[in-house]
Amino acid sequence: MKESFSIRGVEFKNRVLVASGTFGYGDELRDVVDVNALGGICTKSLSWKPRDGNPPRRIVETPSGMLNSIGLANIGVHTFIQQKLPYLRTLDTVIIANIAASSVQEYCDVLALLDGEEGVDGYEINVSCPNVKEGGLNFGTNREMTCEITAKLRALTKKPLIVKLTPNVTHISEFARAAEGAGADAVSVMNTLIGLAVDIHARKPKLSTITGGLSGPAIKPIALAKVYEVAQAVKIPILGIGGIMTADDAVEFLMVGATAVQVGTASFIDPAAGMKVALGLKAFAEKQGLADVGELVGAMESNVKVSILQSWL
Amino acid sequence: MSESVRHIEQALIPVVDRSEIAEGIFVVRLRSQHLTKYASPGQFINVRCGDGCLPLLRRPFSISRVEGDVLELVFNVVGQGTRMLASRKRGDLVDVLGPLGIPFNISGNYEAALLVGGGLGAAPLPFLTDRLLREKKRIHTFLGARSANQLTGRFLVGLHISTDDGSKGFHGTVVDALKKYLSENKPEKMKIFGCGPTRMLKALAEVADSEGIGCELSLEGDMACGMGICQGCPVERTDGKKKYSLVCVEGPTFNSHEIVLR
Repeated sequence: MKESFSIRGVEFKNRVLVASGTFGYGDELRDVVDVNALGGICTKSLSWKPRDGNPPRRIVETPSGMLNSIGLANIGVHTFIQQKLPYLRTLDTVIIANIAASSVQEYCDVLALLDGEEGVDGYEINVSCPNVKEGGLNFGTNREMTCEITAKLRALTKKPLIVKLTPNVTHISEFARAAEGAGADAVSVMNTLIGLAVDIHARKPKLSTITGGLSGPAIKPIALAKVYEVAQAVKIPILGIGGIMTADDAVEFLMVGATAVQVGTASFIDPAAGMKVALGLKAFAEKQGLADVGELVGAMESNVKVSILQSWL
Repeated sequence: MSESVRHIEQALIPVVDRSEIAEGIFVVRLRSQHLTKYASPGQFINVRCGDGCLPLLRRPFSISRVEGDVLELVFNVVGQGTRMLASRKRGDLVDVLGPLGIPFNISGNYEAALLVGGGLGAAPLPFLTDRLLREKKRIHTFLGARSANQLTGRFLVGLHISTDDGSKGFHGTVVDALKKYLSENKPEKMKIFGCGPTRMLKALAEVADSEGIGCELSLEGDMACGMGICQGCPVERTDGKKKYSLVCVEGPTFNSHEIVLR
């Protein structure tokens, strides 16, 4: 059974990665789970300087999901290189450094610094964080900015460049096309949806920042529709993200056009969720008599020639 | 804590029994050789209360007591998760992750331990009591609740009861009861261990400070993972080295001077 796939010459041993912000820097759970069973690890978003993140409260559970407003709390790229990278180099899985920034120059500086280091296999560019004032969604909801950032970073690296898109736009496929046109090797679809929860007794928002990013199974049908939409628009691989808890969920994402998936919120509940999804995906493909898990990509069949979605685009 | 000494394990462990010890307050006893071997007072486990997506996240529970290979959780039914856990029956398997967090620091030059618990925040005190008795410490336990029917003094020693409505013991907050005690008794070297609502801990830390008594606090935080991954449970630090600590991995126990309570 072939489980692997490649992006720009980097081979992932299977089609299941863990999503940025849901698996730390890859070393926190080293004594709890076998991280080498993953196709890849997307690190917590890295910025040039350390970021404290937002004040509490940062997490609220909602029906079948959760809202978060972490605010890109991270140790900064220098400390990452010093303290985290040496361990990550010893792992037998692909390491994707996720980069967040509040200016185009900061994106470039962080990537350029990492590109000189052994142990980082590729980059995922976060232009879609809903929980910071500068950067984040300002970039991800502006097609020209998405283009500019992608093009500038493309010029700085020969490693895989993945742009992580936000669903908080009218047509995510336009942003996917923009990223593809500017030289991205893949797109991650999708980041969290903006959401809000109210403490009705206090008449206050539950999160300190009022709104946050919604994740978990609650958003899976939306994410599937976004991946489907993007799959009609671009030729580059799509990493499907949004509420994946089980291998069956991952199969759905592959069938609507994702080349691979990222497991996110599920890791908070079960740190081995990503590994279990990878095993289950392989078992599903075996049961279907396939020779390659990749045969599931785009395998959804429909008699409908033009979906409502396509006529609306 | 260095990662090499952690013993975090995810496991399905059986319910030994379950009982309602006061109105809406439940004790669930679980069997786990791993947890009872490695857990220390102040640590917690993260429990999957159901098995579907409602509730989605685990719920953190401090370990209330350990006896042989059985551990006890004591909790109030406050929502869907705790309601589901309270309805588990003997033999049911529960998905737990732990032990998590930093235990109470019981070291120090003191003869008497002052244990201060507010409401169900007092849950970890029996486990702490066992450990302190082994260390031959004298123990005074200040236990407060809104009303007498919400008090559970199980497995606690040297009890000083207080209730907000005056239905039992001292009429007032648990911190006021402690203040009164300290104004009348100061013969020994003391250390305070507090757990309960944030407002109570803040008042407690102020008393400890003004009396010059060392104080360990156990905090609660809204957390998704309990393992330092989600970054969901920050508490402000005082030392300026960094702005926040995470309650789940740098706590839940802190020296009162380390953190700012709001």
